[in-house]
Amino acid sequence: MSGEMTREQRIVQTFVELADTIVDEFDVIEFLHRLAERCAELLDCAEAGLLLADAAGVLRVMASSSERTEALELLQSQNEEGPCFECYHRGKPVLSEDLAADCGRWPTFAPAAIQAGFRSVHAIPMRVRGGTVGAMNLFRSEPGRIGEADLSLGQGMADIAAIGLLQERTVRESRGVIAELQGALNSRVVIEQAKGMLAESAGIGVDAAFARLRGYARDHNRRLSDVAHDLIEGRLEAVTLAFTSS
Amino acid sequence: MATDRLSAVLAAMADVDGDALSVLDRLCAASVGLLSLRGAGISLIVEGEVRGTAGVSDPGVAAVQELQFELGEGPCVDAWASMEPVLEPDLCAPARVRWSAFGPAGVEAGVLAVFAFPLSLGAIRIGVLVLYRDRSGELSVDEVAYGLVLADLATWMILGLQSGAPVDALHEHLAEEPPHWAEVHQATGIVAVQLRVGLDEALVRLRAHAFVDGRPLREIARDVVAHRLRLEDSA
Repeated sequence: MSGEMTREQRIVQTFVELADTIVDEFDVIEFLHRLAERCAELLDCAEAGLLLADAAGVLRVMASSSERTEALELLQSQNEEGPCFECYHRGKPVLSEDLAADCGRWPTFAPAAIQAGFRSVHAIPMRVRGGTVGAMNLFRSEPGRIGEADLSLGQGMADIAAIGLLQERTVRESRGVIAELQGALNSRVVIEQAKGMLAESAGIGVDAAFARLRGYARDHNRRLSDVAHDLIEGRLEAVTLAFTSS
Repeated sequence: MATDRLSAVLAAMADVDGDALSVLDRLCAASVGLLSLRGAGISLIVEGEVRGTAGVSDPGVAAVQELQFELGEGPCVDAWASMEPVLEPDLCAPARVRWSAFGPAGVEAGVLAVFAFPLSLGAIRIGVLVLYRDRSGELSVDEVAYGLVLADLATWMILGLQSGAPVDALHEHLAEEPPHWAEVHQATGIVAVQLRVGLDEALVRLRAHAFVDGRPLREIARDVVAHRLRLEDSA
């Protein structure tokens, strides 16, 4: 698909694609998911993830490029320790060029990340109106650091993620940023609950269940969280989701 | 600092006078001091029907809380329907008239601002927390955040009570943050299908199992997702 394009063309295409998705019937979960996937691709990372802080200041996962269980675990383990934890609290990028050398710094996170096949990590702050609302996590399987140009691009992607999150605003009333973000986090919980239900109903793993939910949402041009709600409330059968182009 | 909000809420709850208070009454009473309220109340709603007032900061609040269900309108009703916070900073002169009966009734009862927060965890919906003030004005950003933290805590505590945790142990539960691990939510879905129950009951069963086993909920959840554990159909 992108074989003939230069990397610059791919970057432009990505920004256009993301801007296009911020319209009516906007699906913030799918948007963040796509953004995470593009980050991994454009910034040459093995994995990219987005974490958001809830009202109590706990960092929670909103999306990851692979959505694999191990990646999600590694992301959500950072609510007490790790690059995203530091990045969120300081509001500044945090880097480890070699996780093997940082096991003292992050005694739980670093070994777990190495175990998962990653050797270096960057955390970039997601900022809204001067405050940090979360962090974007970039993992690589080699030691080293991401170049300055790519880091700028990464910050740009993190900023777009923040903009996207605030688009999830209903016309009804302005409840403030924190309530909007909490709504997005709650949508994520619905999806996790639906993953479990679908996995059990269809006899598949939770990762495969996610792929089916997402595939169905795309095929029918619907929001992921709406599809998840329909499954949970019995308006959508597990068997219907088996025939998706995932 | 965001992370201090939960600690502040728990500390305020510990400070409330009255040993005989239920933990939900205690949460409502604590929120009054934290957010300088006239009162706070929690309604439990199951399948669209109010099943009762689960907690109030003082007896006077119960009447205003229940009035909404008698009239069929109000912040509690709206928050339940939309599953989003409903914030009305000026009940006397609202920007948009939405409660033609409750509005005047509330004002007459001395309520000039109301803020309702749904109690939910993903697709699990159990009720609404309503905060009342006797002066008009918007909640600050920090206060909205407190409302969300109080709502999350109330949800978790109600589900904990339903899982049979003895009231004494709730102090430990209070210190335990509501879980945000994906595997807990996935396990909830899995158990719901396995036992053919709703998500709320599935989560209650998971917590009950964790409590009886003396293991963290997250571990139980992992075992369920990995098919190492299957909850049995027990009474």
